[in-house]
Amino acid sequence: MKRALSLYAAAIYLFLHLPLAVLAVFSFNSSRFTVWEGFSPRWYQAVFRDPHLAEAALNSLIIAFTATAAGTVIGTLCAYGLWKQKTGLLPNFIKSTLYLSLVTPEIVMGVSLLAFYQWVFRFLDVQLGMHTVVLAHVMFSIAYVVVVALARLRTLDPSLEEAALDLGATEWVAFRKVTLPQLMPGVAAAALLAFTISIDDYVITSLVAGVDSETLPMVIYAMARRGGSPLVNAVSSLIAVILGVMIVASERLRRSS
Amino acid sequence: MRLCLLPAAVLILLLFVAPLVIVCAYSLLSRGAYGGVGLPWSAESYTRLFDPLYASIFVRSFVVAAISTALCLLLGFPLALFISRSGRRKNLYLALVILPFWTSFLVRTYAWMFLLRDTGLVNTLLLSLGIIREPLPLLYNYGAVIVGLVYGYLPFMVLPIYATIERIDRSVIEAAADLGAKPWTILTQIVVPLCAPGIAAGSVLVFIPSLGAYLTPDLLGGGKTILVGNLIQNQFTTARDWPFGSAVSLLLMALVMVLLLLIARRNQEGLL
Repeated sequence: MKRALSLYAAAIYLFLHLPLAVLAVFSFNSSRFTVWEGFSPRWYQAVFRDPHLAEAALNSLIIAFTATAAGTVIGTLCAYGLWKQKTGLLPNFIKSTLYLSLVTPEIVMGVSLLAFYQWVFRFLDVQLGMHTVVLAHVMFSIAYVVVVALARLRTLDPSLEEAALDLGATEWVAFRKVTLPQLMPGVAAAALLAFTISIDDYVITSLVAGVDSETLPMVIYAMARRGGSPLVNAVSSLIAVILGVMIVASERLRRSS
Repeated sequence: MRLCLLPAAVLILLLFVAPLVIVCAYSLLSRGAYGGVGLPWSAESYTRLFDPLYASIFVRSFVVAAISTALCLLLGFPLALFISRSGRRKNLYLALVILPFWTSFLVRTYAWMFLLRDTGLVNTLLLSLGIIREPLPLLYNYGAVIVGLVYGYLPFMVLPIYATIERIDRSVIEAAADLGAKPWTILTQIVVPLCAPGIAAGSVLVFIPSLGAYLTPDLLGGGKTILVGNLIQNQFTTARDWPFGSAVSLLLMALVMVLLLLIARRNQEGLL
């Protein structure tokens, strides 16, 4: 039975990893078609020469960096607050809404944000654009930041901070000098996670983006919807590798102690 | 210290709670003349949910999500069992399940398009081997959507089951073995029942995103497979019927919450 189980598991691992591996291999195919004709970096050269992709990538990076910075700060503070104050109206409200935000279907979160923005725009002279995308990304990333940061906080010894307070440190100094340094790997892991989620999001982004804020996933999606091309194979493989490296880094940081 | 929670609370109120409240309000309004919404208040969007056309979309989404969940269980339970028995390599094998999950959902879905389309790898291979003469219609159907959902959400099934298997007291299994139980009997009579909370949690965690999926049915179904997610997107974009789109969204949210309540009692610890 053990042998059969191992074989079954091997087949599932193939199912999980083969599609991306095959895509990556064929992104180096010199032919335009799905027949292997020889190794060539031509599609990667084409990716880097494409002004449309470059512009979308720049938008994606600006959005991801801004949203990650804001989401990490707000989420980390929130996790710290939840760690200090475990019960009460506000902590319970935050915990249950964040939990709900994690399980809300993306499409529902997207259309509700769209409806909300359009309602707000009745009173303000603003339109959909980078700012609306960034706000949406901050919103859906904080739940992930809180989960990762809180997991790290729970491994810390609260008596260290209490000792600092007893010795006369203010709350802010105790947080900054005692807790934050120990929490840092968790914060970095959370930031990397938030970044990968932000840079990969299509469903919510496409609903709340304006004309000036087309992101890389939106361009890839449009190309994929038309059936795909070797160019999409190359840019997709590139994204998968970059995100894969970031996720491994995030996991390493999360586990380091 | 209360200040630490304040920014997050404001953000959640403004960008999560308020939008849901707006959607509730919109679902009870009428369709505006140029898209958007307007008065009078009306419950028509909710009565339209019972229209056979839309009810059948919900039923279809349920069936697709149920099949995806069943397949995830069929793949995920043995995989979790395998990982829990692999000694020092546990963490590596676990990472190999999680890693693809975090590397771009869009790219991974596109990878399946590359494999399944008419000029894709599978058809090209079969054609060149002379097994088929015409490309098989592998993409743009419910089968492709289900493959994509299983591929996308398998980790949600594996992780909770793995967690419950790891918590099983080894001595229980040893006792059964000492008393002469065969491996298959131990598996079906002891391991599976003790994993029930993990199986339930995993099933709900796969079922929920499958039910509300938008990206997978749109790309792998190519507009030919209309599920709840596509219906919502369509009402907010092409059809421009926001009140009805809002009502569909709220029904989906209600279903999600009911499913979560089903496992909430079993799963007290939680992430937050």
